[in-house]
Amino acid sequence: MNFLNYSVKRFLQVIPVLFGISIGIFSLIHLIPGDPADTILGQRADAARSAQIHHLLGIDRPLVSQYFSFLNHIFHGSLGNSFFTQQPVTKLIVGRLSVTFFLLIGGLLFSLIISLPLAMWAASKEGGTRDQVVRVLPIIGLGMPQVWTGLQLILLFGLKLKFFPVSGFGTTFWQHLRSSVLPCLAIALSLSPILIRSLRTSMLNIMESDFVLTASAKGLKRWRILIIHVVRNAVIASVTVLGVNIAYLVGATVVVERVFALPGTGSMMIDAIGSRDFPVVQGVTLFFAIAVVIVNFATDVVHAALDPRVVIK
Amino acid sequence: MKKRSYGMWVGIAILGLLTLAALIAPWLTGYDPTSQDLVNALGKPSVHHLLGTDDLGRDVLTRILYGARVDLLVGFLAVLFPFIFGTALGLIAGWFGGWFDALLMRIVDITIAFPFYVLAIAFSLVFGAGPKSIVITITLVGWVAYCRIVRASVLVVKELDYVHAAQLSGLPTRRILSRHIFPNVISQAITFSMSDIVLSILAIVTLSFLGLGVSAPTAEWGAMIQEGQAYILQEWWVPFIPGFMVVIVAYSLSLIGDGIVKRFVK
Repeated sequence: MNFLNYSVKRFLQVIPVLFGISIGIFSLIHLIPGDPADTILGQRADAARSAQIHHLLGIDRPLVSQYFSFLNHIFHGSLGNSFFTQQPVTKLIVGRLSVTFFLLIGGLLFSLIISLPLAMWAASKEGGTRDQVVRVLPIIGLGMPQVWTGLQLILLFGLKLKFFPVSGFGTTFWQHLRSSVLPCLAIALSLSPILIRSLRTSMLNIMESDFVLTASAKGLKRWRILIIHVVRNAVIASVTVLGVNIAYLVGATVVVERVFALPGTGSMMIDAIGSRDFPVVQGVTLFFAIAVVIVNFATDVVHAALDPRVVIK
Repeated sequence: MKKRSYGMWVGIAILGLLTLAALIAPWLTGYDPTSQDLVNALGKPSVHHLLGTDDLGRDVLTRILYGARVDLLVGFLAVLFPFIFGTALGLIAGWFGGWFDALLMRIVDITIAFPFYVLAIAFSLVFGAGPKSIVITITLVGWVAYCRIVRASVLVVKELDYVHAAQLSGLPTRRILSRHIFPNVISQAITFSMSDIVLSILAIVTLSFLGLGVSAPTAEWGAMIQEGQAYILQEWWVPFIPGFMVVIVAYSLSLIGDGIVKRFVK
């Protein structure tokens, strides 16, 4: 029952964070210096329109009543309507979600394909030449702006070699896949440096552990130990590392969508900044923050299921 | 014989030279970073323009040097403020504990739930686009890391004998915090700040690329990448070099960071 106990405790930790997020998002509109209606309307501001915006945002009511009606709407699955298209924000987000989802999954897969072998290769001989090489790679990788990496990929694989489309998402599943390759690679190149470092460290820890020592004392071949014992545990380690970095991954997706002109949630948010469509900006921010908290919760629970030693202090 | 590491000095030399070049840019180049010369647009590298000219005929090398001013300065400021606030809050939370510590740690949990770029984009609507807004955004998010690092070290250091001795001898809390705790917890925060500057510069470059940071015609690396992508087939180096500069800055900062670890952390 240890696992169930853990899950419940972990879930109880999630609730105050979710409330905190709702307060943070709610405060966004109140952080705008001066009258938010002026910021949203820009040149078009006049008394009547300002009053309309005030009413739409609900900021003509007392603060506490505003917050509770905001919460009430969220619980009913409503994030308000776009100022620009009048459509519900939830509908807009769901419509764009498939692109973002493609990028998240693809980016994760590519990151693991790049970092797991490199981390293993480095950890197989600590302090050796290969270890040194693999330790320099993340330093260079972490310094590369995602937008810049994306652009170099576009130039090389899109424009010169013409392997992949350079922008857009296509209409069929096959086109979606082809259009996602370069953006996912750009995301992976930015996430891998972090993964390589964490995975290398956790693999080194595993290799020094008693059960690996026992395995080698029993006379098991080195590669067999590496693949059967170390990799299995390294996968558990990857789950936690990915959970910790999910916010980073989402951020990378938002940015990379823009470079490859993909019609995802991130692009929608940046467009909404241009048209000062406040409900859309607020909705996407809330959506991603809640998604990050849920994924973190899920990875912790999966980790606990895989490793019975996990406890909450 | 102690094994000496020259990496840190290489890092300091690269970063120092770049900073110097950015500072004395007006004396290094005869061109203005923003004035256009359409007759010489999209020029190949030559004796007059070592890195060629962009689509508006502006000297690329000049814009790289002036861009360094913006990116390095904003990168530095966007680490200085989180460093100060995060360290102060971490010291107080770690030393006094109690409800303040509990509340602060909840705020930390909430802050790290937001993907940075999502929050930064949302803040660009709240505070307006521009370098000032970037510094505010990074400060609002970045203090968390310093707070956690310093708080964790304070929790360890405050149980050490010399701190107990200082308390027993009746030293005021302010003095214990500033003379006995602070010097022993700050090295990790400084080491982290080296890699944090890289993250800040990446944020400025990225947000400017997205059109939410430093705007045209100011020379800035991210804006240069964005402008250069339109004619990447004619002049691949125009969007390439600004990003490459970020990689160089990141590498030299990591050399410095490693050097500090070797020197001060046993």
